[in-house]
Amino acid sequence: MKNPSGGGRPGFFGPYGGRFVPETLIEPLRELEAAYDAARRDARFRKELARELATYVGRPTPLTYAGRLSKELGLRVWLKREDLTHTGAHKINNTVGQVLLARRMGKKRVIAETGAGQHGVATAAAAARYGLPCRVYMGTEDMARQAPNVGRMKFLGAEVVAVESGSRTLKDATSEALRAWSAESRETFYVLGSALGPHPYPSMVRDFQSVIGHEARAQILKEAGRLPREIAACVGGGSNAIGIFTAFVKDKGVRLTGVEAGGKGVRTGLHAARFAGGRPGVLHGTYTYLLQDAAGQVLPTHSVSAGLDYPAVGPEHAELRRTGRARYSSATDAEALKAASALGRLEGILPALESSHALAYVMRERRKIGRNALVIVNLSGRGDKDLGTLCP
Amino acid sequence: MPVTLAQVLKARRAAGRAGLVPFVVAGDPSSAATLALAKGLEKAGADILELGVPFSDPVADGPVIQAAGQRALRKGMTLKRVAALAAKMKRAGVKTPVVLFTYLNPVSTLGVEGFARLCARSGVSAALVVDLPAEESRELSKALARRGVELVLLASPTTTDARLCMIGKASGSVVYYVSREGVTGVRAGLAPGLAARIARVRKLTGKPLLVGFGVAEPAQAQALAAHADAVVVGSALVKAAAAGGPAAATRLARRLSSSLERKC
Repeated sequence: MKNPSGGGRPGFFGPYGGRFVPETLIEPLRELEAAYDAARRDARFRKELARELATYVGRPTPLTYAGRLSKELGLRVWLKREDLTHTGAHKINNTVGQVLLARRMGKKRVIAETGAGQHGVATAAAAARYGLPCRVYMGTEDMARQAPNVGRMKFLGAEVVAVESGSRTLKDATSEALRAWSAESRETFYVLGSALGPHPYPSMVRDFQSVIGHEARAQILKEAGRLPREIAACVGGGSNAIGIFTAFVKDKGVRLTGVEAGGKGVRTGLHAARFAGGRPGVLHGTYTYLLQDAAGQVLPTHSVSAGLDYPAVGPEHAELRRTGRARYSSATDAEALKAASALGRLEGILPALESSHALAYVMRERRKIGRNALVIVNLSGRGDKDLGTLCP
Repeated sequence: MPVTLAQVLKARRAAGRAGLVPFVVAGDPSSAATLALAKGLEKAGADILELGVPFSDPVADGPVIQAAGQRALRKGMTLKRVAALAAKMKRAGVKTPVVLFTYLNPVSTLGVEGFARLCARSGVSAALVVDLPAEESRELSKALARRGVELVLLASPTTTDARLCMIGKASGSVVYYVSREGVTGVRAGLAPGLAARIARVRKLTGKPLLVGFGVAEPAQAQALAAHADAVVVGSALVKAAAAGGPAAATRLARRLSSSLERKC
């Protein structure tokens, strides 16, 4: 299947990406693209963002050596601790950037979609800090399984809109946020939470998240004196993964591995492994790998982790896979739950179920990765929100 | 003999009224119901029929058309089956030209050439792909044109002047003007400043306009008919059909049709 319009132009990653949206959203996206281009070249904007990342978000986050886990696996595992950021996940790197941009553009309010609720919480926090009202769209299925985050968003002053349509998860929350934005784009900034959606979101979100990899690269060189053999990160839309991969893309010796949600097993059909079970298509404005039926209808997904429970993958990941620069694997619900418990028991860290997929991959593939190999796992978020699932 | 949508509207205008363009969701709640509805709408005075292809994630649609799409999908409706339904309508004697109204993903599943062939085989006059913007539409537009099928492009209140010119050049014989920001659905009254905006869009695109989004009442249609070449009515008809079947939707179409006539 070819990209329906050819691709290969600005806003595309090889054949993937683009801006496939209804006409009403074209101008708001062009306005956003121009505003972001100006902001990233503006030293004052960059300086303010850097200061906020240091004094509000809590960056740089540590790179922690997981000694007992390493011993058990026969690897040397380092954890990039995005779980230690303010609000507890990498999502805040992006929302601080986007909400500062919203303020710079003179927008009157921000809206966001959320799955696990981490992006919703991070948007609510940034919106409160920069003085903009905030509305977050969330599927009712996710509201039930990530209830603590609903409470946190409300505490931070955000309005949470329950989305009842479709599968009542991240996909439907995203559709609803896009609908809302198309009705009120003149005054509203849409804070999209992953490296997904129409151009310029995949590039902009990657840029805001790439701080993870830049820090991790300097940290591992300082701590271990060399680059790692492999980096593993979970991939829903793929923002934490692209955030840590980007600084290492040119380091050809570093293997980059994205880990999708294998759900109950890729063969059961109950999963969110787009590369294993999907083919290219268009959802939410971007051309990328998508779980869909033979007629082009988007399929329901399943994952124990709400943040990975989405039928499309960020377009830059599709391109990294096409060129062979990154590889993609998956971990099942059961493997992720087991990995989360292991990290709690061995290192005293409660990881998010999303991040546990990356850890589960490393635990399962430890022999293939190679004895005593140096590995970085992006611990993209903390798992307090998942206690209900982890300890039912 | 193939006629362009613009020619259809011109003939209607010559006969003294603006065009009526009903939108229906194919297969809501069954193919048979849609066929009956198409026949009724033609009798009621429809000039062009927009046949909506249901999609799992319709980001441009409000709750009424979302729900209709879900009903159709539950019955197993697909793009290919919608095309087959369009062909069946033709065989059943429906002469109203059909615009296939779809999202991009089912189209991209067939591929550009496959979709163009499907359109030609099923005898539809035009296709409109909601989330395929003008910049990305060249290849599809050419594939369709080779088979005598128009690609209708959208313009919206947020579209800049430069883009309106580009859209006018790239679109088939007409342009669909989304008269309000946001998604499909019924709202009270006409948007303020709409008449002036329609005039600007027509001038810059240089094409006759189908104007839609938010039209429900004969009075609204009548007000709009003074400015638009054709008035699209979607959610209101879909709602009427869901509540009272094809007969109820046809009654509404008849009222809309005569309101368009009175004015002109």
